[in-house]
Amino acid sequence: MNAVLWGVLPYVMVVVLVAGSIWRYRYDKFGWTTRSSQLYESRLLRIGSPLFHFGILVVIVGHVGGLVIPESWTEAAGVSEGIYHVNALVFGGIAGACTLAGIAILIYRRRRTGPVFMATTANDKAMYVVLVAAIALGLWTTLVSVGAGSEAHDYRESVSPWFRSLFVLQPDVDSMAAAPVEFHVHTLVGMLLFAIWPFTRLVHAFTAPVHYLFRPYIVYRSRDAVPPAPGWTRSRR
Amino acid sequence: MRVMAQMAMVMNLDKCIGCHTCSVTCKQAWTNRAGTEYVWFNNVETRPGQGYPRRYEDQDHWKGGWTLNKRGKLELRTGSRARRLLGIFASPVQPELADYYEPWTYDYRTLTEAPLGDDFPVARPKSLITGEDTKVTWSANWDDNLGGTSELGHLDPIVEKVRRESEEKIRFEFERTFMFYLPRICEHCLNPSCMASCPSGAIYKRSEDGIVLVDQDRCRGWRQCVTGCPYKKIYFNHRSGKAEKCTFCYPRVEVGLPTVCSETCVGRLRYLGLFLYDADAVTAAASTPDPQDLYEAQLGLMLDPSDPAVVAAARAGGIPDDWIDAARRSPVYALAKTYRVALPLHPEYRTMPMVWYVPPLSPVVDLLSSQGHDAEDRATLFGAIDALRIPVEYLAELFTAGRTATVTAVLRKLAAMRAYMRDVTLGRDPDPSIPASVGMTEESLYAMYRLMAIAKYDERYVIPTAHAEQAHDLEELGCSLDVEDGPGMYESGPFGEASGRPVPVAVETFQALKQRQTTDTPPGDLSGRVNLLNWDGNGRPEGLFPPRKDGAS
Repeated sequence: MNAVLWGVLPYVMVVVLVAGSIWRYRYDKFGWTTRSSQLYESRLLRIGSPLFHFGILVVIVGHVGGLVIPESWTEAAGVSEGIYHVNALVFGGIAGACTLAGIAILIYRRRRTGPVFMATTANDKAMYVVLVAAIALGLWTTLVSVGAGSEAHDYRESVSPWFRSLFVLQPDVDSMAAAPVEFHVHTLVGMLLFAIWPFTRLVHAFTAPVHYLFRPYIVYRSRDAVPPAPGWTRSRR
Repeated sequence: MRVMAQMAMVMNLDKCIGCHTCSVTCKQAWTNRAGTEYVWFNNVETRPGQGYPRRYEDQDHWKGGWTLNKRGKLELRTGSRARRLLGIFASPVQPELADYYEPWTYDYRTLTEAPLGDDFPVARPKSLITGEDTKVTWSANWDDNLGGTSELGHLDPIVEKVRRESEEKIRFEFERTFMFYLPRICEHCLNPSCMASCPSGAIYKRSEDGIVLVDQDRCRGWRQCVTGCPYKKIYFNHRSGKAEKCTFCYPRVEVGLPTVCSETCVGRLRYLGLFLYDADAVTAAASTPDPQDLYEAQLGLMLDPSDPAVVAAARAGGIPDDWIDAARRSPVYALAKTYRVALPLHPEYRTMPMVWYVPPLSPVVDLLSSQGHDAEDRATLFGAIDALRIPVEYLAELFTAGRTATVTAVLRKLAAMRAYMRDVTLGRDPDPSIPASVGMTEESLYAMYRLMAIAKYDERYVIPTAHAEQAHDLEELGCSLDVEDGPGMYESGPFGEASGRPVPVAVETFQALKQRQTTDTPPGDLSGRVNLLNWDGNGRPEGLFPPRKDGAS
């Protein structure tokens, strides 16, 4: 059971995520958009959306820090486990709470603003369930850790080694299996979120326009931007 | 010097009767779809008036276009790139639907299905956004023909400004108000701020003809362009989540046809033609310190296509000879640069707009004739142009960032043309002092008259066709069929019907026609897709009719 959950599922998730994204990009570039509803309503959006998005960006940075950087490195840098943990709980907790508050505002807005609700698809609703579950469960692990005080489970000795082991294709199933149940549930829902990611509106995150900072302001494109196929390719008809 | 070609338009506002035919035909051609109900690539505004969307010219509020920063460098009014990216999660200043209007339809069904009764059935307005009953309170041209101006006239940002600057001296008295129509399309600017705002880089300017388009496959709906465009001519399709804009009817222009708005213009007030301009000098021109000098700076970018040095540079830049020839015959160049009667709309936005306007003399003429003066006498007209400050100041705010001298010079030329041509038409000896008083010769004034009054179709629209050697990907840039693994002609994609990229319409039609003309059997099968444009009445495309009772398909 553990081998399936922590040894097989992560790879299934990665395959679905990568293959799904490639498929979506090739076959549905037109559908690859934020589907912004700001035209319908912007008062609540202007509070909820930045709260959610900036919150989740901090959460992502926190996850990368906690999962990728080994405990021995931070300790070598002079940050003790206790200090790290308190920091992670405080900043992670604040960011997570902002994210949850943001998405709560956004969902309230989506439900109560007629045109926005009309523009909400079944796909969106399913995605919101998974997304909110992942965020809420993540906050739950934080709350459990806070409640346990100094006896809190150190996920950097269980979840993180497992996460890193996935990349060298030798999943450390046992150390993940040793983590408490709240981490298990959060991880599973997180994997589900990444698996459905390419098939929802969340894909817009993959085309975050960072290159905007570097491109020239004026874009010229020729009508012949698409090079003609060479003459020796096989005719399709 | 890097010479590039630009397709441009001039509209002669004196001829616009405000019939909205351009808007309607444009809408039928391009935005007659769900998600674009409120989208008018072409709209006609009555001025003075608030415009569409309401008060779009108030850039202190909407933050459109460019401005010069403290160091005198050109910068988007919304600030730096990083600042725009930080605001991407909720655009700080984006018009809401309420700033346009809530599109609606009528519940026509009740007209025919209501039960018999004493009262006439009524078709109620229904919102196209919510589907609920709605109350129609605004539209794309609610203040048409100065409707409601006595109540709302002061909301026109230009009126506000002219009044402020004249210290309330000018009363907006309804009975003395002048009026004209301003048809607007995308300006296809040389220095477009929508493009500069687009985080995805989806908006591009075609290097062949300068038409500004949105790549629908690359637009991600960040909607910064809506804020960036000071003319608010980029619209957000609320169904597809993508930006859409006037295309300058590029599929028509490529084959030498005028845009739909030009073709259907009742007053024949639109002119289409080429400019050759120096692309390397655009940024410097747009950075001109005094906004009132921007018109001259913009005019300075336009190169003389008869100048051998320009021609040589154009050839070196890959512009074909027939395009250079078309640039020489360009009515747009003649009106803007040779005669200097066409002015850009709001040059102070620093986008270098490429739709130019001949300002209307009619407010002056109408006022004179209504007061019993001779509205075709040069002295009377010149006197009135100088005396009627409100129209001139208003026009100057629209076309020259407030420099009235430029507008006056144009109006004087138009007045001189009227006065001079009256003598010609009445068979009197023409007065050579009239052209001389506006710095023109008799020949050039007559040529200008010909172009403005009686130019035929092929003189008003000088559109070089796109080149045959490029014909393989003339259409729908980025969707050329020639690419390896491009969409098949008739096969559906691997994920079922309608998966894969759509086949360009023209190609589909072409292939279907070719198939029908070159096969022996009647076309029974259109591969499961019924396109009524392709169906000539022969055969029974599947899905078009219900199955026959005898079981035959």
